Amino acid sequence: MNSETLTFVLMDAPFESSRTVTALRVIDESVRRGFNVNIFAYEGAVLLPFRHQQQHPNAVHGRDAAEEDHPLPREWIAAMMGAAAQNGIEFHWVNCGLCVDERGAGDAIEGVQRGTPADLWKLASASCNTLVVPTA
Amino acid sequence: MKLLNIVSSGYRATIEEQDDTVVWISLAMRNAGAEMDLLLQGSAVNYPVRGQSVAPVAFGGRVQRNAPDVHAQISSFLSNGSAVYAVREDLDERALDHRDLLQEVQIIGRGELPSLLKGYEQVWHW
Repeated sequence: MNSETLTFVLMDAPFESSRTVTALRVIDESVRRGFNVNIFAYEGAVLLPFRHQQQHPNAVHGRDAAEEDHPLPREWIAAMMGAAAQNGIEFHWVNCGLCVDERGAGDAIEGVQRGTPADLWKLASASCNTLVVPTA
Repeated sequence: MKLLNIVSSGYRATIEEQDDTVVWISLAMRNAGAEMDLLLQGSAVNYPVRGQSVAPVAFGGRVQRNAPDVHAQISSFLSNGSAVYAVREDLDERALDHRDLLQEVQIIGRGELPSLLKGYEQVWHW
């Protein structure tokens, strides 16, 4: 078990940028390798764990909602939280509070915390490194 | 921990957010005790240029108050002992006269960046 902690800062809204998926893959790999993980979601990224994301059918693909199985970041995040918990790894997802308020994004999945820039500073200070994945 | 925040994308969402969100979070973290400096590159080197202003945006009858003032944000960041660097080549590429910048901003060549970055425990590139 790796006892070190990594902090990630995400900024892009869901369904907009491949950077987010790449970042989530890096986070998933970090969990698999036993790192404790902090994620600070800033600006549009606070919608990544939004509880009301829904799958939909896709007529162009000729599939109903179940067959389509559209990706939902909230499910990916919940799955990583579950994997971390199973392996005794700390996994903290912190949504920037003001960013949540201006977007009406307060209804997040279970386990998501609300935080401030001061919390980001504390998380980063206690980490061996921090990766920022900004909006272009 | 000593942190350098690098801002490369100038005027990102500044109208909607009433400021540059990276400079804003830098100010907020610094006010919470963070030891932090700023490096401006790319289009963000325009931030310390004096004399810039933004008129309030208006849609229909809705006039938005409190337009962004990134120049004042940089002034505020500098006022508490933190350093702000601007990349010389990016200033020159945009024909920005160094004399038009806030006096406290330190101009640094791209070739000097490795030695600057070595002085920080974490470097965040926004």
